[in-house]
Amino acid sequence: MATNKVPRDFKVVVDHEICRRCQRCVRGCGFDALVFEGRVKEHPTNQCVACGYCMAVCPEAAIAVTENPMAYRHHGAWTPALRRSTLKQALTGGVLLTGMGNELDYEMVFDHLLLDACQVTNPSIDPLREPMELRTYLGRKPDQVEVEQDEKGQPRLKTDIPPQVKLETPITFAPMSYGSISLNAQKSLALAAKECGIMWATGEGGLHQDLYEYADRACVQVASGRFGVHSEYLKRAAAIEIKIGQGAKPGIGGHLPGEKVPLQVSEARMVPIGTDCLSPAPHHDIYSIEDLRQLIYALKEAVDYSKPVGVKIAAVHNVAAIASGIVRAGADILYLDGFRGGTGAAPTIIRDHVGIPIELAIAAVDDRLREEGIRNHCSLIAAGSIRSSADLAKIIALGADAVAIGTAALIAMGCHVCQRCYTGNCSWGITTQRPELTRRLDPMVRAEMVANLVRAWTEELKEILGALGVNAVESLRGSRERLRAVGLTKETMDVLGVKQAGV
Amino acid sequence: MLHTPLPFCTRGVSPRLDVVGALAVARGVGLCCNLKPGTQTGCPHVRIDASGLHYRKLNKMVRDAVAAGERHFELVNVNGQRYIGDGLDEEVTIQIHGTPGNDLGAFMNGPHITVHGNAQDGVANTMNRGEIIVHGHAGDVIGYGMRGGRVFVRGDVGYRVGIHMKAYKTQVPVIIAGGCAGDFFGEYMAGGTLILLGLNRDGRPLVGDYCATGIHGGEIILRGQIDEFNIATNHARIALLDDDQRQALRSHLHPFCQAFELDADQVLDDRFYRLTPISHRPFGGNYAT
Amino acid sequence: MMHRRRQKCSGETIMKSIALLHDRSNGLGGGFAAYGIYPELPDHYALHIMAYSDVAQRRTQEYVQQHLLVEKAEPIPTRAHPGVVDPPLLWRYFVLPRPADLPEGADEADVMIRHVMTINETIEGAFVFSSGRNMGAFKAVGYAEDVGRFYRLDEYEGWTWIAHGRFPTNTPGWWGGAHPFTLLDWAVIHNGEISSYGINKRYLEGFGYKCTLLTDTEVMAYLLDLLVRKHGLPMEIAADALAAPFWKVIDRAPEHQQELLRALRLVYGPALVNGPFAIIFGHSRGMVGFNDRIKLRPMVAAEHGDVLYIASEESAIREICPSPDRVWTPKAGEPVVGWLEGEGQPQAAAAGTQVAASTA
Repeated sequence: MATNKVPRDFKVVVDHEICRRCQRCVRGCGFDALVFEGRVKEHPTNQCVACGYCMAVCPEAAIAVTENPMAYRHHGAWTPALRRSTLKQALTGGVLLTGMGNELDYEMVFDHLLLDACQVTNPSIDPLREPMELRTYLGRKPDQVEVEQDEKGQPRLKTDIPPQVKLETPITFAPMSYGSISLNAQKSLALAAKECGIMWATGEGGLHQDLYEYADRACVQVASGRFGVHSEYLKRAAAIEIKIGQGAKPGIGGHLPGEKVPLQVSEARMVPIGTDCLSPAPHHDIYSIEDLRQLIYALKEAVDYSKPVGVKIAAVHNVAAIASGIVRAGADILYLDGFRGGTGAAPTIIRDHVGIPIELAIAAVDDRLREEGIRNHCSLIAAGSIRSSADLAKIIALGADAVAIGTAALIAMGCHVCQRCYTGNCSWGITTQRPELTRRLDPMVRAEMVANLVRAWTEELKEILGALGVNAVESLRGSRERLRAVGLTKETMDVLGVKQAGV
Repeated sequence: MLHTPLPFCTRGVSPRLDVVGALAVARGVGLCCNLKPGTQTGCPHVRIDASGLHYRKLNKMVRDAVAAGERHFELVNVNGQRYIGDGLDEEVTIQIHGTPGNDLGAFMNGPHITVHGNAQDGVANTMNRGEIIVHGHAGDVIGYGMRGGRVFVRGDVGYRVGIHMKAYKTQVPVIIAGGCAGDFFGEYMAGGTLILLGLNRDGRPLVGDYCATGIHGGEIILRGQIDEFNIATNHARIALLDDDQRQALRSHLHPFCQAFELDADQVLDDRFYRLTPISHRPFGGNYAT
Repeated sequence: MMHRRRQKCSGETIMKSIALLHDRSNGLGGGFAAYGIYPELPDHYALHIMAYSDVAQRRTQEYVQQHLLVEKAEPIPTRAHPGVVDPPLLWRYFVLPRPADLPEGADEADVMIRHVMTINETIEGAFVFSSGRNMGAFKAVGYAEDVGRFYRLDEYEGWTWIAHGRFPTNTPGWWGGAHPFTLLDWAVIHNGEISSYGINKRYLEGFGYKCTLLTDTEVMAYLLDLLVRKHGLPMEIAADALAAPFWKVIDRAPEHQQELLRALRLVYGPALVNGPFAIIFGHSRGMVGFNDRIKLRPMVAAEHGDVLYIASEESAIREICPSPDRVWTPKAGEPVVGWLEGEGQPQAAAAGTQVAASTA
């Protein structure tokens, strides 16, 4: 008689002829979606979320997850997803939660931008054989260099250069907290960052002791919950970031459900086991821009000005003015997270309807900072669905110094973007704290896969730069001239500073 | 811009010879050989004063003369004329006095050219057969895509020398330079032999950066002290020459030393390094298949 | 070419040399710059202005007379030449800024640059194509040697001459687009294309430079002005910023050098000039030539007695100097720096920065 049940999204189909009955799928499923009763069957509660693990481990390819082909009469406004979520809210009275980034079909600006290439009048450069420089330094830079002579009449640097973080390629890993992801997953990112000579980020979960040896490549986060923030944490790091917001949920704080707070997380965050870590929306010591400046300098003082201190914000409507304020407040790095940025847990309604695209945000911020003559006071990191080296090249041309990749790095570790991170049941051992799941994730193996991704994108970026006839990434950075738009409105092109293709 | 007409060898001259505007070539009886000592004397040749001659005229005169059967040429007062010797198939000799312009001997297939002076860029571009000897320095992009023949330069050579030289069976191109070279020496080499001697180096580095980058065939021989920093060791293996290899080197150096009156034993009296490809497929692992 | 002891020669010599390089251009632009050519008015800024209509000419004249002290105003002498057609109106004005416009501590150069940019930006159809003292640029659409004849350069005497033939592709050939590009007494000629133009331009605009002449070379002139005149960097250091050595090379340099080179790349990344180039620029105290970081364009230097030569081809030098004392090819990114006698100390920036001395 159960009529009020939210219809399941997915259906598991097993080919029992070829199934070996090894039960790897049943044991592997973190969501308990499968049972074995003589043969593999779906559990009556229909928990399958299409995480892809069973299909990955089946030795016979005997199992497949398909969309549930439930018939809904077509409706342009009331999509099947909306009909399901409305019913779910009626049944629970709760805020809908989700994970990863915005899944709705908003226009992807990247897909309307095309890159230039050299033909005849300017030669392309051969990246396979000739040098191609991607090295990037993040941090504040002075407006000019002053030179003085030493006793031998040799030129020497007179200007003080503030501390920088050196990246071998303009890619970093987005902050994903220990708690939202497992220690093994975080270790994989730390190892890959070391391997590739780039930076990873702790997120707001603090820095687990086991990862101290990777701290010198870490950007440690000071978020509103101030989890794990102590002086050793700050001093070991390569950089510090104050997290004001993130693209997935602008205006609200971090969210770690109690299911994902076992002993170790509780220890790292210094909160009771099993409690929900719901970070406050604002930092309670930042109610205005001058408070931000105060916190920035408190941190700089705490580490004796030895590393860059940055600020991470979500890309929202007035982002250019906000960015200008933040840079003038003393931030050395500005991390902009577009509306497609991912998360371990966020209210679906916030994730899918708040924020602006990163392409427009970076262009607007880069323009504003240049207009005010303060662009080089701060490095820009762009995040929020950087999906390929093409997106990487385009966002650099729009003005970013580097990108932060979250979703891409997770997919490299096995994630199928099922968006159920908040449950803590990730079959891949990534967004879970359950030991039987986390032990599946071998950091050595996954680090290699993530490093492979970075390496592949790096090689592709070199090919792109070579085609553009430049041999150093700084010659593409901010050069809108190397982009052209197809199918964008004039207003969008004006914000981007990009001309129409053909012009 | 008229010049005193010079005597001109009549042997074998056919009426087809195009004498352009009486500018530089005059018919005359008898021979006038102002050739350098050591070259064949008494051999009939065409002498052309290139002063003020546009390269098209100069090269057409040479081509027409070759078609008419002439085999020996002396070009004097050459300055900047391009494409000398380009596309010629016959085994003619051309002595050049002055500074020939770019692309000397490009697509050449047989002639022997000697430059008494410095050469510019693009020497032996895609050359197939023949010989070019330069009694001075030469510029950038020498022997690009060279497929055979040899180039000897007494002094320094520039950037991007020997890019993508290639060889097949007996068709093996050789470039020997007596001085130093710039960056990208032997880039993407697929075959052939590049030799750099640094005889005039005077404390300078022998070769620039990115030497042998992308090498997947052929060999590069470097004389004297080298810095591994300059060599693309991800693509090239470095080894000292052994005795057999030194013998082979001697046979390459013999005509070089002869051409420039150098003592082969003195030249050989130093250590030599040989760069060879680590793989015939250095970029095989780059692509996700 | 530059005579270190300021011995002058007529434009005939340089025209003979550039004529040899005829085939490198396509006749859609040619130009010269010469130093020491206005000995009667050496301290006045000689504004060479082209105007495409009578209205533009009139408005320019009005502007100049209104905002500057004009010592002399006259058409630039020319002779008809079949290779140089449809010339705009060409005038020159020998001017000084008005004292009233020079408050305490004002930089005369900045004032003059502002006037030049104002004319170029606001007076439609008029362009200032030369604005230095005791020097002048002469350019047009046509082959360089024809342009030289047109401007009667055989009648001028200068100690430094630079010449250029253009082969424009990206922008149409127009008189203002020929090289050299000038800013006061900087005159820049450029062989190649600047693939970092998009960001170089945006960077310069942040410092108030206006890129109005539709050609990438313009940024070279402004970058030099910014780094050398405003920021006070010695020439060699400026070259290390504009044609920066590779990280690979910087990483193994001695500590203090590494520090300096790294700082230059960090601060002047948007000023890095990428793409193939050979640049020669003249200024009132000397002449400099340098290549891009991987030497994609040719450049040869030579010396004979007191004369320094820099050219795209050795034969162009030998055309006017058959037996130089020394001929050499500079390395990628390493400048050939020639100083006139008595010079050798780069201008200090207004802030009184200490700079290193450099010798010829």
